[in-house]
Amino acid sequence: MLSRKARLDAHGEDSSYFLGWKEYEKNAYDDVQNPTGIIQMGLAENQLSFDLLESWLASNQDAARLTKNGESVFRELALFQDYHGLPDFKNELVEFMAEIRGNKVNFDPRKLVLMAGATSANETLMFCIAESGDAFLLPTPYYPGFDRDLKWRTGVELVPIHCSSSNGFKVTKCALEEAYQQAHKLSLNVKGVLITNPSNPLGTTMGRDELNDLIDFAVAKKIHIISDEIYSGTVFDHPSFISIMEALMDRKLQDTDLWSRVHIVYSLSKDLGLPGFRVGMIYSNNETVVSAATKMSSFGLISSQTQYLLSKILSDKKFTRNYLKENRKRLKTRREMIVAALRNAGIGCLKSNAGLFCWVDMRHLLSSNTFDAEMELWKKILREAGLNISPGASCHCSEPGWFRICFANMSEDTLNLSMQRIKALAERIQQCRRGRVTHQDSGCNSRRRSFSKWVLNLCSYDREPDR
Amino acid sequence: MNHSRSRRNPTREPDFPTAKPPSPGGSSGGGAGAAMRLIVPLQGVVQGRGGLILGSVIPGALYYFFQLYLKRCRSAKPNSNPPSPSSPSAQLADLSRSSSRSNLSSRGSVGPVRVSARANSIAKPNASPYYIGLERASEDPYDRFDNPDGIMQLGLSENRLSLDLIETWILENLERSMIGGADGNLNISGIATYQPFDGMMEMKIAVAGFMSQVMGTTVSFDPSRLVLTSGATPAIETLCFCLADQGNAFLVPTPYYPGFDRDMKWRTGVELIPVHCRSSDNFALSVTALDQAFNQARKRGQRVRGILISNPSNPIGNMLNKETLYSLLDFAREKNIHIISDEIFAGSTYGSEEFVSMAEILESEDFDKDRVHIIYGLSKDLSLPGFRVGVIYSFNTSVLAAAKKLARFSSVSAPTQRILISMLSDTRFIQRYIETTRERIQKMYVAFAAGLKQLGIECTKSSAGLYCWADMSGLIRPYNEKGELELWDKLLKIGKINVTPGSACHCIEPGWFRCCFTMLAEEDIPVVIKRIQRVVET
Repeated sequence: MLSRKARLDAHGEDSSYFLGWKEYEKNAYDDVQNPTGIIQMGLAENQLSFDLLESWLASNQDAARLTKNGESVFRELALFQDYHGLPDFKNELVEFMAEIRGNKVNFDPRKLVLMAGATSANETLMFCIAESGDAFLLPTPYYPGFDRDLKWRTGVELVPIHCSSSNGFKVTKCALEEAYQQAHKLSLNVKGVLITNPSNPLGTTMGRDELNDLIDFAVAKKIHIISDEIYSGTVFDHPSFISIMEALMDRKLQDTDLWSRVHIVYSLSKDLGLPGFRVGMIYSNNETVVSAATKMSSFGLISSQTQYLLSKILSDKKFTRNYLKENRKRLKTRREMIVAALRNAGIGCLKSNAGLFCWVDMRHLLSSNTFDAEMELWKKILREAGLNISPGASCHCSEPGWFRICFANMSEDTLNLSMQRIKALAERIQQCRRGRVTHQDSGCNSRRRSFSKWVLNLCSYDREPDR
Repeated sequence: MNHSRSRRNPTREPDFPTAKPPSPGGSSGGGAGAAMRLIVPLQGVVQGRGGLILGSVIPGALYYFFQLYLKRCRSAKPNSNPPSPSSPSAQLADLSRSSSRSNLSSRGSVGPVRVSARANSIAKPNASPYYIGLERASEDPYDRFDNPDGIMQLGLSENRLSLDLIETWILENLERSMIGGADGNLNISGIATYQPFDGMMEMKIAVAGFMSQVMGTTVSFDPSRLVLTSGATPAIETLCFCLADQGNAFLVPTPYYPGFDRDMKWRTGVELIPVHCRSSDNFALSVTALDQAFNQARKRGQRVRGILISNPSNPIGNMLNKETLYSLLDFAREKNIHIISDEIFAGSTYGSEEFVSMAEILESEDFDKDRVHIIYGLSKDLSLPGFRVGVIYSFNTSVLAAAKKLARFSSVSAPTQRILISMLSDTRFIQRYIETTRERIQKMYVAFAAGLKQLGIECTKSSAGLYCWADMSGLIRPYNEKGELELWDKLLKIGKINVTPGSACHCIEPGWFRCCFTMLAEEDIPVVIKRIQRVVET
């Protein structure tokens, strides 16, 4: 009775990324009520700077009350459903985006299309650029949600651009070309490349050379570039962030064909820590894309009340500048905490300078260099250490043993506790490995067996996570 | 949109690239073009430039376009004039034309890479008078004091009559409701963090309660059967994605809301089959007509997945009674299809008739609720289109599960949910609001209908909605769609009023217009009538 789309598993929600979520839901950690529960480290949410927003709201009653200089603007907002978006809000957004990029790039509000979240923005871009059956190339590892957001209703295929730890997971010319050829082998028409810069899950920003290689590739193949820059405001360390627009302008490509094939996706969910507000956007130099996306935004308009509130927050330049600075400082501190703690546990991370997570190297803890061993380790971490983290396989990483651990969605105490747990587990595993075959080993096996049944039971649970 | 026919093959052959579809102005112009296209690929065959494959595709393409032409002829109005550019069949031709154009250029050429055919088609300015009128009116909006010569907007079904009540509530309650914590301190994490994509449970409870209150408490709604979306627009699109595959169809009684053509077809690839209702029956829905349309679709090889009704009807303003709802349910059971009931105007009633929701009918049934789904939203009954709150209400757990997952693409903003949870839970305020707004709509309706009557323009008897369905067929020359659009144009340019012509709503009888009156103040009605009179007398 249902459509094929509704019946199939193309929503990609049976991967481990989502299974861990479901387990967390059933047994969530609480420092008082459930201190042995599972700590959520698979959610890239920024809870470090709520106090800054709260104090702004406390001293700016006007904005929350939907009044402007004492006069109510409620009536206009109640009726405002223009898909071109609230002009004040868009003007503030482009300035905010420019500020994050050190004002090296300027954005035109007429090229900005607002959507209810970057999830919606990404999907809409796919609808605008690709036909069903076309393909986009994505560097691995990538955000697991893309399998759902970019493919489900659009019918677009994703082909991975394999990156390896040997060069810090950077995108190479070779890898790009290989992915392109692979797509052709599968008889897929490549429409473009989608990069996440700063990267999720790596937490690194793309360098000038990488961006240039990508630009050359897109020029040669005459394809689109989508740059998901949703973490651009979370860059807390060197090297500094280079937007795709900046890279293009530096090479004076404004008047070329490529200019109208480059699109940026942005959102306030990460940089301002407001995922609940559902604010996303597409920025494109392509008139047809802007026009079509604007009309398609009818399927996901942002509440006018939210647009108004945010336009007020963003218009306070002193506040936004301070917020960005303070937020970055807090993220950097957090990152240093977790890196040090992991090092203490004998675990290394990829050197990162952005994002709300670390890309952690646990290859030495695998029983073998396989994805099965990675899954085994992930289950141990979930069940024995009580931590939900994201295994590399769910991000399509080509090497087993890498995990994404988020650090910005909990208190310091909780983070410390999680690091203690992981250290304990790492030590246990090393001991096991040192050939001490005790009853623990058979214990490990039986736990694994009963685990798979339990995991199967989870598949029917129906709750969604997000980035 | 012919993706269902596309095949992935190494030569990237387009599906139907070679013949140009018939242009909306008539087939003769298109014929010459088609002939040229016929010759060129055949030259290719002779010269061996890959034309062999193209040459074999041409007969298939021509056959396809012949079918398309026949389909258009069947759905054309019963008059001899060629369809105007605003007709839906022209839009269909536009769609195929642009996708064939993009396929042409992808055929081994070295032009710049294109955007999708869908984007090309959607990006073009919309030719329907529904959208053109809305745009013109918004560019030069009437204001009694600031712009008395501006265009009066009677083409947008928005209720401004009771905004003052909501405004007062907001001013008195807003700040506390959005982020006030129990201890009086601000706590933003309740609205800043990720929330369930299909809406917070408190919001679902509040909305379910509101729906029940607004429909006269004769039926109760289960919050766990709700999926909230950012407006009714994504709600209906999401339902289509859940219930139908590309190329499948829904039966829709005409006249219907022009937005359905966009909401249900654009990205889903679903078709809408109009089921014509007539003034002789007061535009009542007949199951016989549904049956006929269903069988015709089957003969064409088109799979019908469901019926879409709007109850109260937009643009007519009438309501379906229990008997009709029961027969619809029987029909759906017999054909094993779904029913989508768009009940977005359920609270905007003003007659003595009571509104009956599909949910009420199903409360008395013990089985087969799986095929019924209701669309609702806060844009009309609560006058808050800007806040973007829509509802999918379904008895089908699989549909709910799928819709919940799809809701991530169109979620309701959390701070807005917080405010509305407070407002909708204030049931005393809501009751006062519902009663007041009904009184005010009725007052406006009576005054407006009387004003039109003075000009000899009768409206269909209606008891709900924010508009009248006015019969201006006596004022159009000639008596066909062209005449109707000429009158619409005159009303817009000379009378400076924007109304929605029946053809934009797929009405099969020319001369009907939807006139929304809830964006006006009572003092504006005589102005409207005078302006219509001015046009009518020229």
